[in-house]
Amino acid sequence: MSVPLTLLGLLERAPSHGYDLKRDYDTFFGVGRSLPFGQVYATLSRLTRDGKVVMDEVSPGDGPERKRYVITEQGATEVSTWLAEPVAPEPHLQSILFTKVVLALMLDRPADAYLDGQRRSHLARMRELTTVKQSGGLIEKMLADHALFHLEADLRWVDATTARLDALRTEIRQVKP
Amino acid sequence: MTAILSATGVELSFGATPALRGADLSVAEGEIVAVMGPSGSGKSTLLHCLAGILAPDAGEITFDGVRLNDLSENARSELRRDRFGFVFQFGQLVPELTTVENVALPLLLAGVRRDAAIRRAREWFGRLGLDGLETRRSGELSGGQAQRVALARGLVAGPRVLFADEPTGALDSLTGEQVMDLLVATARDQGTTVVLVTHEARVAAYADREVMVRDGRVTTPAEAVAP
Ligand SMILES: Nc1ncnc2c1ncn2[C@@H]1O[C@H](COP(=O)(O)OP(=O)(O)OP(=O)(O)O)[C@@H](O)[C@H]1O
Ligand SMILES: [Mg+2]
Repeated sequence: MSVPLTLLGLLERAPSHGYDLKRDYDTFFGVGRSLPFGQVYATLSRLTRDGKVVMDEVSPGDGPERKRYVITEQGATEVSTWLAEPVAPEPHLQSILFTKVVLALMLDRPADAYLDGQRRSHLARMRELTTVKQSGGLIEKMLADHALFHLEADLRWVDATTARLDALRTEIRQVKP
Repeated sequence: MTAILSATGVELSFGATPALRGADLSVAEGEIVAVMGPSGSGKSTLLHCLAGILAPDAGEITFDGVRLNDLSENARSELRRDRFGFVFQFGQLVPELTTVENVALPLLLAGVRRDAAIRRAREWFGRLGLDGLETRRSGELSGGQAQRVALARGLVAGPRVLFADEPTGALDSLTGEQVMDLLVATARDQGTTVVLVTHEARVAAYADREVMVRDGRVTTPAEAVAP
């Protein structure tokens, strides 16, 4: 999650005080992990230094809440580029789940029991997220959905692997140390 | 915790094919249990045994303290009509009837007078977002609409237990979610116990707990827990 680009994006929506920026960030992107003020101001000062944001005095005096941050053309270009760019397709070919299964088979540990346990914890988490979805607003629903679809994908892999465990064991054991 | 519904050591074969080989499951009143497992593992067969549709070769099924094994075919079919509701993957609506008649069907079969049955059936349409569809035939509904009609039919008679076999199997994920939201909300509201067969984890996540069926046996700890 890129905090600088996200804050820039919020600034393109409207010039803001640091305080409002934090509030908007927390509303949309900070569910379960809000952004500390320190990080907001540190990020804004870096963006200012790099010419992506300028400061605009809205009322006389000093103190951070008197200043509004305004996005520059350079900042806006950066936001556009970033928004259009696909993210590297993630799920890595080898996850920790995969490593555990292969090692368990190699070392003659109960891989099926591990997979059953993994399945139970994934489903328990999915139940929690489903409860969140039933009570939350649309933003919470969207976030929970994203997590749910990913957990579901893991679980499908867990099921497929469980079904092929014997064949997998044979193949792995063929490679001698 | 006393179970409202339980299977103990249930075995059942179709000819030479063993479908259940000693399945145990115990469901508490008001609980929503998801039954998961690979294709062909015996989930639907277990559901049919629990619902008294199939009689096991060995083992016992009890509902509300009554051994289903001891009941005649007739008594089991009365039990299904009076105490159980059903929703299957494909709604299995009667194509010759309107949707409201389809929903009223369990009431009519239970001897409720026609006008009263239709009135009670109608009450479900608003609740399930089906307003205006009362006089359509099932062929004139989308899959999601038909499945909500089937859900209303499964619940209209206020069953103690709802048996659902892949109720969202033919739907896309958002429509399936809508059906599950309604199913769970209504079951909770009425205190209906639900046995939900599904291979989809996102559907199973609506349940209070899940059990796995593998090779005709229930493999995850199967004790009933309070909802
Ligand atoms: N009416 C039947 N006649 C013969 N064999 C049957 C019948 N119904 C089920 N079986 C067999 O019993 C076994 C269990 O079937 P069941 O329908 O319970 O599986 P399931 O877990 O519900 O599978 P799916 O996820 O594919 O619906 C399978 O081997 C199946 O072929
Ligand atoms: Mg089945």
